[in-house]
Amino acid sequence: MNKPLLRLDRLGVAFLVITIGAAALGPVLALVVPRDSALAMPPYVVALLGKYMCYAILALALDLVWGYCGILSLGHGAFFALGGYAMGMYLMRQIGARGVYANPILPDFMVFLNWKELPVAWWGFHSFAYASLMVMLVPGVLAFAFGWFAFRSRVTGVYLSIITQALTYALKLAFFRNDFGFGGNNGLTDFKDVLGFNVQSDATRAALFSLTALTLALSYVIGRAIVVSKYGKAVIAIRDAESRVRFIGYRVENYKLLVFVVSAVMAGIAGALYVPQVGIINPSEFDPANSIEAVIWVAVGGRGTLVGAALGAVAVNFAKTYFTGAFPEYWLYALGGLFVLVTLFLPKGLVGLLSLRRRAAKPTPPSTASLARQEEGAL
Amino acid sequence: MPFVRLVAVFFFLCCATTARADAVDDALAKFLDNKFASTEQGVNALAATGAANAPAILDALGDNRLLIDPVAHIIVYQTAGGDLINAKTGEKLSGVDADSFKKVRVNNGLRSAIAAAVGALTLASPDPRKRASAAEAVFKSRDAGALAALDAQLSRESTPQVAEALRQARAAIVVLDPKTPSADRVAAVTTLKARGDQDAQSLIDEVATKTDDPAVKTAALNAEAAIKAHLAWLSVLQNLIYGVSAASVLLLAAIGLAITFGVMGVINMAHGEMVMLGAYATFVVQSALPPSFLQWSLAVALPVAFLVSAIVGVAIERLVIRYLYGRPLETLLATWGVSLILQQAVRSLFGANNRQVVAPNFMSGSFDWAGLQITTGRLWIVALAILVFAALQVALRATSFGLRMRAVTQNRRMAAAMGISTGRIDMLAFALGSGVAGVAGVALSQIDNVSPNLGQGYIIDSFMVVVLGGVGNLWGTLLGAMVLGVANKLLEPVIGAVLGKILLLVFIILFIQKRPRGLFALKGRAVEA
Repeated sequence: MNKPLLRLDRLGVAFLVITIGAAALGPVLALVVPRDSALAMPPYVVALLGKYMCYAILALALDLVWGYCGILSLGHGAFFALGGYAMGMYLMRQIGARGVYANPILPDFMVFLNWKELPVAWWGFHSFAYASLMVMLVPGVLAFAFGWFAFRSRVTGVYLSIITQALTYALKLAFFRNDFGFGGNNGLTDFKDVLGFNVQSDATRAALFSLTALTLALSYVIGRAIVVSKYGKAVIAIRDAESRVRFIGYRVENYKLLVFVVSAVMAGIAGALYVPQVGIINPSEFDPANSIEAVIWVAVGGRGTLVGAALGAVAVNFAKTYFTGAFPEYWLYALGGLFVLVTLFLPKGLVGLLSLRRRAAKPTPPSTASLARQEEGAL
Repeated sequence: MPFVRLVAVFFFLCCATTARADAVDDALAKFLDNKFASTEQGVNALAATGAANAPAILDALGDNRLLIDPVAHIIVYQTAGGDLINAKTGEKLSGVDADSFKKVRVNNGLRSAIAAAVGALTLASPDPRKRASAAEAVFKSRDAGALAALDAQLSRESTPQVAEALRQARAAIVVLDPKTPSADRVAAVTTLKARGDQDAQSLIDEVATKTDDPAVKTAALNAEAAIKAHLAWLSVLQNLIYGVSAASVLLLAAIGLAITFGVMGVINMAHGEMVMLGAYATFVVQSALPPSFLQWSLAVALPVAFLVSAIVGVAIERLVIRYLYGRPLETLLATWGVSLILQQAVRSLFGANNRQVVAPNFMSGSFDWAGLQITTGRLWIVALAILVFAALQVALRATSFGLRMRAVTQNRRMAAAMGISTGRIDMLAFALGSGVAGVAGVALSQIDNVSPNLGQGYIIDSFMVVVLGGVGNLWGTLLGAMVLGVANKLLEPVIGAVLGKILLLVFIILFIQKRPRGLFALKGRAVEA
């Protein structure tokens, strides 16, 4: 085993260069370059690109379970939103006495609901370290508990997709309730500062942008390290022929569980980075439609390629921003068409399109054929 | 001597009418004084005559529409439409100005006397339904002034139901009156206990707290406990009815999904939109038909909705799903895309607002059955669900298409080897499943907003039904829908609608661990992937 740890291909290297470059260059363009310069990055672009990169991390996480392990999760938005809520709770506690009701302990909505004490779930969230831990722990534990049950009883394929969807739907309903204690349908908003810095200021936004870009790069590195490892090979084998892997003697459910939990934690971190940049988190983030939309990012970019997932997230969301601004009527047609066309004609996504030329030179990798065979058997 | 008898009867009748007419004249004459005391006498006297036009005259008096000409001794009343009618003769006066008359003055004391008199008159109405509702009104108002009229009517009442209502009204009055003898009050409590509804319970509760009489108090407390137990049962039954109604909606929405999922192993995320198309088809049918056909519009809409959804379903199957055979997860995504397109297309065509679908007369309203509220529209939906279920069972069990479809469901490869054209069965199954969804849309147009998002609200619940029921056979879908619908409605009053739903979703997530393929799983090797 004298191969390098990540075995980066050209696409991977380009991805890391771009993300780390963006992390370094973003604050310069946003803060140092004069505003009237053509190179300057206006604050809204910083926020928008930061948001796209959060989606890219979510897509990467989703690709890890769907593209490499064959688990189509229609509930990854739930992990994203849970991470976001954990961060939102920290930000709420940071408001302190500056809220409308000027209560130093209780967030405004609790005062409004006439609550006297901070619910247990909110304890400790004044500390950034604790909140950061929760950002990873809550989605991770939920994914572990869910996966433990689901994978052990061999719930697979469409059934698994549907119950992940039910999971996020149930959470959405729960978070919509006022007495659940997380702000009801208004969610958490009106944040003031994070770690003592004003969340609205350009400098904080630029810092968050850089942090998100670096997290994206790190997520890629982790994802890549997993999929090229021996462990990753087993995961891919599970995707292609689950029963066969089990018969060989692998504990399939343990492999699935680990990759599912890692992916959920990654999604949670993406949500945590997302919330301070958009300034709000509410139960609509749990909407099953959001989770399915995240799946199409992966499909558009190319599932089974981590770079493709991130690329797809940015591309689709860029298109969404453009369409909903220019032709709001047609966005759903475009999105719906994307779902149909990509699944019909572009099973390998944009990255597959890019590497078409290269594939013409090299022989087709064996995974494609076995993938199709397995899915036929999964019926 | 029949002739003599006839003459005698005729003579008697004449006398009776004249006597009554005289009494009415006397009563009306009291109004001419236009003094409160004599007007009240007039009101009571008029009520006592029971004349046919007495309610109209008393109503007019209460609304300041009874007019007099003291000089010419004419009493007229003005109808709500403005016509002047002679109170004595019932003739319509024309060419007379209302301003030339004086109004009969009324005060609040008189108004309550009038209300009581009108109540007593309706108690004596020849229509038993009017009598019953008048008795019910007295039960609610507990107006002691109506006691005499109640007793009078009770003594001559012939319809048992009305007599019961009268007794209950009487009981409601006397039970709270401390002057009534103890035994009568206990009897009144018993009457109220027999009534056994919420009103009776609150009345008896009032008795139990107010009375000093130990016998009455014990009777009241016992009766209250009995009513409470009865009401608790009723509310469970009522929730059960709501549950069956919700279950029938779920069954309609999910059964098409179960068919396509069972046969093809793919989840059609656009299934909700097939339901939505059915609802819009109902709307279009109703707008296209002339208003005189309104009663029949839903009957016309059923086949139209079936066809529309079935055709769209076939188009989806031929254009998209066919090419994704063997890739169920991709099918799920592609059909989700189709659902987005269909939603937006309907939004562009019909607008984002809700469309109004009218219920025919025979489907609107509700009725009371042994203390249970039943909505007529819901009852029809339950009937439709049963009908659709039975029709599908027949189609699957008794036709050759059904036989082929079941063969493909059980083992696709073997079925193909036996010469069944699986592609064709796929298409037809998809048409059937989508068409049934369209029929569900007709039903849902009656109870939900017809909007582009209609289908979205049902899709997750439908999935849950299919997951719970399994795809082995349609009985699983029926059982799944029943369990979810009834459990949801039984949980609702205990822990609230949202929490109940969450609990059920969690239950299904746990259930699927135990039985990953649902209640009615397919047996055999086809299940092992």
